Amino acid sequence: MSFSAPSMENGFSSPRNESFPAGLRVLVVDDDPTWLKILEKMLKKCSYEVTTCGLAREALKLLRERKDGYDIVISDVNMPDMDGFKLLEHVGLEMDLPVLMMSVDGETSRVMKGVQHGACDYLLKPIRMKELRNIWQHVFRKKIHEIRDIESHDSYDGIQISRNGSELSDDGHMFCGEDLAYVKKRKDFENKHDDIGDHSSTKKHRVVWSVDLHQKFVKAVNQIGFDSKYEVGPKKILDLMNVPWLTRENVASHLQKYRLYLSRLQKENDLKASLGGIKLSDLPSKDPAGSFGLQSSINGNQNDVPNGRYQFSGDNFFAQDVDSKNHEGDLKRVVSETKRTLTADLPDPQDMRTQMSFDHSFGSLDSEVNFAAIPAPYSWSKAPENQFKEEHKPLLQLEDGFSQLPPSGIHNHIQIDDPLQSASSITSGLSMTGREICGPEKIKPLYPQYSSNHMSILSPKESAFDSFPVQSKSQMVKHQSFEPISTAISSMKPQGFNLSCITDFESCQRNLISATDSTFEPFNEDLTVCWLEGDCHSMNFGLPNVEFTDYIDPGFIAEFPIYLCDTLTSDTECPFDPPEYSIVDQGLFLS
Amino acid sequence: MEVGQMQSRLADYTKSLFMEGILDAQFLQLQQLQDESNPDFVVEVVSLFFDDSEKLLNDIARALDQQCVDFKKIDAHVHQLKGSSSSVGAQRVKNACVAFRNFCEEQNAEESRRCLQQVKQEYYLVKNKLETLFTLEQQIVAAGGSVPMIELSF
Repeated sequence: MSFSAPSMENGFSSPRNESFPAGLRVLVVDDDPTWLKILEKMLKKCSYEVTTCGLAREALKLLRERKDGYDIVISDVNMPDMDGFKLLEHVGLEMDLPVLMMSVDGETSRVMKGVQHGACDYLLKPIRMKELRNIWQHVFRKKIHEIRDIESHDSYDGIQISRNGSELSDDGHMFCGEDLAYVKKRKDFENKHDDIGDHSSTKKHRVVWSVDLHQKFVKAVNQIGFDSKYEVGPKKILDLMNVPWLTRENVASHLQKYRLYLSRLQKENDLKASLGGIKLSDLPSKDPAGSFGLQSSINGNQNDVPNGRYQFSGDNFFAQDVDSKNHEGDLKRVVSETKRTLTADLPDPQDMRTQMSFDHSFGSLDSEVNFAAIPAPYSWSKAPENQFKEEHKPLLQLEDGFSQLPPSGIHNHIQIDDPLQSASSITSGLSMTGREICGPEKIKPLYPQYSSNHMSILSPKESAFDSFPVQSKSQMVKHQSFEPISTAISSMKPQGFNLSCITDFESCQRNLISATDSTFEPFNEDLTVCWLEGDCHSMNFGLPNVEFTDYIDPGFIAEFPIYLCDTLTSDTECPFDPPEYSIVDQGLFLS
Repeated sequence: MEVGQMQSRLADYTKSLFMEGILDAQFLQLQQLQDESNPDFVVEVVSLFFDDSEKLLNDIARALDQQCVDFKKIDAHVHQLKGSSSSVGAQRVKNACVAFRNFCEEQNAEESRRCLQQVKQEYYLVKNKLETLFTLEQQIVAAGGSVPMIELSF
């Protein structure tokens, strides 16, 4: 039986809500035609909606074309055109979809690598039907985590959610409803506290760092000059950017991410230069600026990829340096606001994963890198070590230490402080190649859409949003229009980077209750990740790529951190909404 | 031969393939996946396997014939072959690939060639067996019968 969910081609429909996990949209990538055929058949038998692909690049193309078109990706590890792990990273960064790896090779090291790169699971071939039947759990789990993250931005204990989750019945949809309702209530409650004004002003809109916006940002940064990295501050950047609705906080948050990204690239570059096998401890401890040391490319061969794909786990990226105060210009302290921080007590495995994806590139570079709670060589954070302890999040899984954000008490901390300091420490590496930064052409400025959506959705409940940590991508999403969480989340997710968990979540909640997805569809469509990597070589930030190369390592080019997709929440109506910061940061990593 | 006889002959034949380890449970999976919407599913998949394998075997042979043997490439091919043989349940082929890869790692050209022969042998064996099996199935269908689902406990 070939079940085809009546989803529209554009992938926005959500028939899934009716009978999740039936209709789960799966993208299978495998260069082996035999396996592709078999998997397609098996997945169809599970009532999933299957799309097959024989090449990794093609798969990425498909994913980018339909941001919200898939719920989960299953990919083989060995593929001729691109390493499966790389694909995994890309997907995690850009679309934040759960990815399952497959291989006929079950060696521990391979499996480990898969996990390090962020795979939700590693299946051994031959794959059995029963294994495929349960893959929906990864989609669902992700959703729950997102909700949880949203919820816990106030250090709210996300356990509630998970508890609710455990009560989940077979029908994920049902569960979501209850959960959402619960979360929603909580959110509303929190919102009351956060509410600083009228309804409209408390709406927290996530700033979507569109390509254009980011270009302006980078331009501004470059203008200030890489050398004066310590002077690169959000205020200055904001002034230069001349974007009326943007707040300093938005910029600060974005800046932080940018730094992290650069740092990560630098680090990768360094690592690459010294070959794999370099232990973290070998990594030179650079100064904050240098510590960005992100390898320019997670995988040197990034450059091979035509689009310089970079991998960023959006989640990881949000290292918000919450306690930045302590670290002047200490970029390292990347606090990952992301989910991790949000869920106070939950050592979110997801985070782990995302973290992994964050540094998965590193993983690939350095197979010997050890997972360390706080990597010593954390190049950019020396002091933070102490801070890390504070964090309950095991963020420190960063292997490479770089770019890993030691979550320092992220939640609730306004990153504002941090950005200030971080900004100053932003290395010159900030220059991103236009190539990297721009996401695919497809990126649309979400803002306009958001606002419209937003406007339409305003309702008393809106306030709930305010307290949403903007997760993952900056999305000025108005939850209202979201479909039930199950679908909304899944659909949101794929948006490169953009999904604001919260917003999605909110909307999901609402939807669950209202079960309307009409408004969501278009919205989703519009939610584009701000930063899509690589592909957008055609993107032009307005800064000649040449400029960048002067500053950054070629490797950088390949990696435009998704984190740049700033999930800063910025209220469309009220651009200046400082309290949103923490939320924003948190939301950031929602990818 | 009447249908009933053909069917039991087919059943015995199939079982023997499993007993001899030529096929494994994955083949059964394939058979179970076949349904009315895809009545030739197994044949199609196996055909894909044949095409892919023959290509791979040729590539490997060519690589081994080079002056400077690229073991990495050969290993990649063998890995692929291992993967596709596992997809149809060609157990012996898969096992031969595993052994082959070990020699690739050792960069042992001599042993690698021997392994290639081994893999080829297993491949042609399973190909032959499967073709026979399909022929038997066709005969049954042509005679108006239906192909029984093999029940084996694995």
